[in-house]
Amino acid sequence: MSGKPRLTYLNGRGRMEPIRWLLAAAGVEFEENFLETKEQYEKLIKDGVLMFQQVPLVEIDGMKMVQTRAILSYIAGKYNLYGKDLKERALIDMYVEGIADLMQMILMFPFSPPEAKEKNLDSIKERATNRYFPVFEKVLKQHGQDFLVGNKFSWADVQLIEAILAVEEKVPAVLSGFPQLQTFKIKMSNMPTIKKFLQPGSPRKPPPDDCYVEKVLKVFMK
Amino acid sequence: MSGKPKLHYFNGRGRMEPIRWLLAAAGVEFEECFMEAKDDLIKLQKDGSLLFQQVPMVEIDGMKMVQTRAILNYIAGKYNLYGKDLKERALIDMYVEAMMDLNELLLSYPFQPADKKEQHFANTVDKATNRYFPVFEKVLKDHGQDFLVGNQFSRADVQLLEILLMAEECKPDILARFPVLQRFKAKISNVPTIKKFLQPGSQRKPPQEEKDVPKVLKIFY
Repeated sequence: MSGKPRLTYLNGRGRMEPIRWLLAAAGVEFEENFLETKEQYEKLIKDGVLMFQQVPLVEIDGMKMVQTRAILSYIAGKYNLYGKDLKERALIDMYVEGIADLMQMILMFPFSPPEAKEKNLDSIKERATNRYFPVFEKVLKQHGQDFLVGNKFSWADVQLIEAILAVEEKVPAVLSGFPQLQTFKIKMSNMPTIKKFLQPGSPRKPPPDDCYVEKVLKVFMK
Repeated sequence: MSGKPKLHYFNGRGRMEPIRWLLAAAGVEFEECFMEAKDDLIKLQKDGSLLFQQVPMVEIDGMKMVQTRAILNYIAGKYNLYGKDLKERALIDMYVEAMMDLNELLLSYPFQPADKKEQHFANTVDKATNRYFPVFEKVLKDHGQDFLVGNQFSRADVQLLEILLMAEECKPDILARFPVLQRFKAKISNVPTIKKFLQPGSQRKPPQEEKDVPKVLKIFY
């Protein structure tokens, strides 16, 4: 056993990508086991490896962890990216949950029927611009610090930079009204572990394409 | 200011119910402010009280907390219902997240369009009895303890009881194949704070009635 966390998922972003981001940001090397076929997935279920028959699965510290948020909370707690007390944790949780709602829209987008795609893209743009980004713009402006919570790098910062880049892929000028977020994006991108993750050849996965959508349907649909 | 947490939501279960359960289980008295119409939601939004323009919102310890999971995490942490260390927390989180997936199926049933209801119901029962309940039945059977994690009462126990009762409302014999869960249900229902919450007159909300669905939808859409 290598001691490194081992991630089991498709070879694509999906629900595993925030976990890849957080491990990378924490400077933790990990291995990946990619699901290519339905048979592979069914074998995992038969072997009793997936507690609720679902991936993501992360083997870490002797546990076979499932449920994205459980995994992220564990990593954040273990690597001191979860604030210094209950109240900082509360802020981080609120921010992370808000961002997760936005990321859910991006996650589902490739699976929307062609006739709904334009409307869904508009929704993503509207929510990012009117509901989520203004909150973080204001938070950063008000305390003037580099990081969202407690003047210290945390899970919330990792989640936000991931979301900013993901939205920008779909709405390139989305940060035009958000100078604080522009500065934040640059600062976070230059943090050594994140900078490394943003380089070609890292475990970061590309945006989902039609090929990925087909693979998801092939592996998971009954 | 009374010092008691203050819950802002409509007068129904929805996404606030797990929060009511957890506060009640922790023995924490709370106040509720019910939204009756869209204007009530708009007022909260205009006041700047809702970080992402959404409810649930809980005023607690000087914070206006939003996002169901953030609120539940805070309450669990504050009242020692979150395990003793990171690994127990991890187990609790895994169990609770799965329960929230099932809760989502249960709470959305009354809001399904008529032509989707039957399939939704079948899917909910299938997931409950084939994906989720067997896991918790096994966990409890394997360690033989009263509580899911660390031989200590935690939010996972509260959430599981809530889910079991909701599932039974949906299909009364749904626990037929799960004798250990039936015993768990009886035991946890008798925890004093929970017993109190299960009594008539408590702040527990009744199942969502179909006739009230349009009123709820009008608040949000």
